[in-house]
Amino acid sequence: MRNRVTGVAEKTYIEAIRDGIREEMQRDDRVMILGEDVGAKGGVFGVTEGLQKEFGEARVLDSPLAESLIVGVAIGAAMNGLRPIAEIQFQDFIMPAVDQIISEAAKMRYRSNGDWGVPMVLRSPFGGGVHGALYHSQSIEAIFAHIPGLRVVVPSTPYDAKGMIISALRDPDPVMYFEHKRCYRAIKGEVPDGEYTVPLDRARVVREGTDIAVFSYGMMVHSSLEAVDRLAADGFSCEVVDLRSLRPIDREAIVASASKCGKVLIVQEANLAVSVASEVAAIISEECFDSLDAPVMRLGGPEIPAMPFSPPLEQFYLVTPNKVEAKLRELAAY
Amino acid sequence: MAMTRTETKARAGLDAETLRLMYRHMLRSRLLDERLWVLNRQGRAPFWISAEGHEAVQVAFGMNLRPQYDWVAPYYRDLALTLVLGMTPKDHILSVLQRADDPNSGGRQMPAHYGCRRLNIISTGSSVGTQLIHACGIALASRMRGEDAVTFTSIGEGGTSEGDFHEALNFAATHKLAVIFLVENNGFAISVPWQKQMPTQDVADRAKGYGIPGVIVDGCDAIACYRVAREAVKRARRGDGPTLIEAKVLRLTSHSSDDDQRRYRTSEELESDKERDSLLRFKATLEELGVLTAADADEMRAELVIELNEATEEAEAAPLPAADTAMLHVYAEPGDWRG
Repeated sequence: MRNRVTGVAEKTYIEAIRDGIREEMQRDDRVMILGEDVGAKGGVFGVTEGLQKEFGEARVLDSPLAESLIVGVAIGAAMNGLRPIAEIQFQDFIMPAVDQIISEAAKMRYRSNGDWGVPMVLRSPFGGGVHGALYHSQSIEAIFAHIPGLRVVVPSTPYDAKGMIISALRDPDPVMYFEHKRCYRAIKGEVPDGEYTVPLDRARVVREGTDIAVFSYGMMVHSSLEAVDRLAADGFSCEVVDLRSLRPIDREAIVASASKCGKVLIVQEANLAVSVASEVAAIISEECFDSLDAPVMRLGGPEIPAMPFSPPLEQFYLVTPNKVEAKLRELAAY
Repeated sequence: MAMTRTETKARAGLDAETLRLMYRHMLRSRLLDERLWVLNRQGRAPFWISAEGHEAVQVAFGMNLRPQYDWVAPYYRDLALTLVLGMTPKDHILSVLQRADDPNSGGRQMPAHYGCRRLNIISTGSSVGTQLIHACGIALASRMRGEDAVTFTSIGEGGTSEGDFHEALNFAATHKLAVIFLVENNGFAISVPWQKQMPTQDVADRAKGYGIPGVIVDGCDAIACYRVAREAVKRARRGDGPTLIEAKVLRLTSHSSDDDQRRYRTSEELESDKERDSLLRFKATLEELGVLTAADADEMRAELVIELNEATEEAEAAPLPAADTAMLHVYAEPGDWRG
């Protein structure tokens, strides 16, 4: 890992992603961005703000409204020497591009026996709580975490957001880089100026503890921390692990924290059936059976198609610090 | 009676050497294709999907592209094209026999899923239409580096119903990319005739909607194919943007070795197609032009059969992949291409 850090500043999550992209574009002229509204507007959330002005229309390309095209062009460009970032405006709209992602990007290296690969980054915001309703709130990362050949990462802090976008742009294989949209402006943190990387396959212990291990990723790491703080006041010590990478998933880190604490809660915003939480629970049941003091518990969205619009319905869906706290107390009392 | 060089060139627009080479490429592909069917029917190869009837237009493009500089995003009927660009009969027999040394995929993919790093032929999967968009991305990258490389991509007429067909043409035309889109229209998508695939007979008509040239060529007329290919490549190379070319070709075989087209096509139709075969027609034209005698053609065939026999023997002797190699190349291994 190269670290050429010159200073540290407090930044938002969205600024950190932009800084990482901008610096990498300055260092590497193979890096380009394409997506809907990424140019003059700077994306609907502003992640790419100012980049077209700095790097020109060829390197920050406003694509037609066609997701299969965005990803397919990125694949072709990557195979011919570029390092493209394909931005999909909302994770909900990846669906038309799933053939390109799963049938093409994920299988290119394998099906060519190593002769070809797709060094591409697909960036997309996900998650709810922003009045986005059914089609601007989903968390469908598990679909891609299921697929060998893809990397799937979800940074939760500005530090990781910058370090992981740089790592993603240097990785030889396709990386799905998902950004929880509530992190964009709500989450701030220290971000070093200049060049540093964060590995794409390692979880991180955010808070050390001994009684309950909480596994989470994205915005849910912050909801979990808030709940854990409330329990700490009552003398419960929880360990919080930010998974960061959903494929490959850091089995070692999961096993270490689960074995150490003996009680486990997995928190995600997506609904639970056949999800990332299912995988983490399965790993723990395979590897930590003798260390467990309670059943592995999971907390996630309800089994309904997606997040509804009206506030009471949206709140019903969301995994809030209160819901995490209630689940932790249930587990503590077991 | 043999014509003079000038007369031949005046009539065909091509010199005798080019015409003979074109015929040789077409024959080489056909003989290989027939051999692969034999291996399939003998039970030595589980699957084959043929290019018979499509050769002329593929050879025409292959001869006008610059191998290793230009880029190719092919589809599963492009056997002849890959051979002109530099792949060999042995390469494809290794693939059909699922051998470890198959350069397309190391025996991982079904046959006719072409790919060759050395020749800029990108690896192709089985999803129909995705490659058209890859071609746009490839052309975009070439342009960003200031290169005048041309990207060729192809599909059958059935594939033009896919959304990716529209997305690719729309983008290539909007950005004036150096992409050539070839539709090899043989009238059938497995069993579904064109009348059930599209409302109008000519795919090339759709070029108007994108503001680019749409050209129809008789895929059984090798010389016409060559001229169209030459013009499209020139146009792309000088930066004038994409061309949509539709070659009306024949599917002389069933869709694949698992299909039997006698179930949905009449025997009269199949017989008449055989008579329109571009190879027969081209051979007759060349004899008429005096650039190829019957004896020349026989000699050419004999040479190619020797090459084919050796290739078959060598491929059969080549090892299958070891089972544990199945875990390799999910992600970049040391030595893999890394971009």
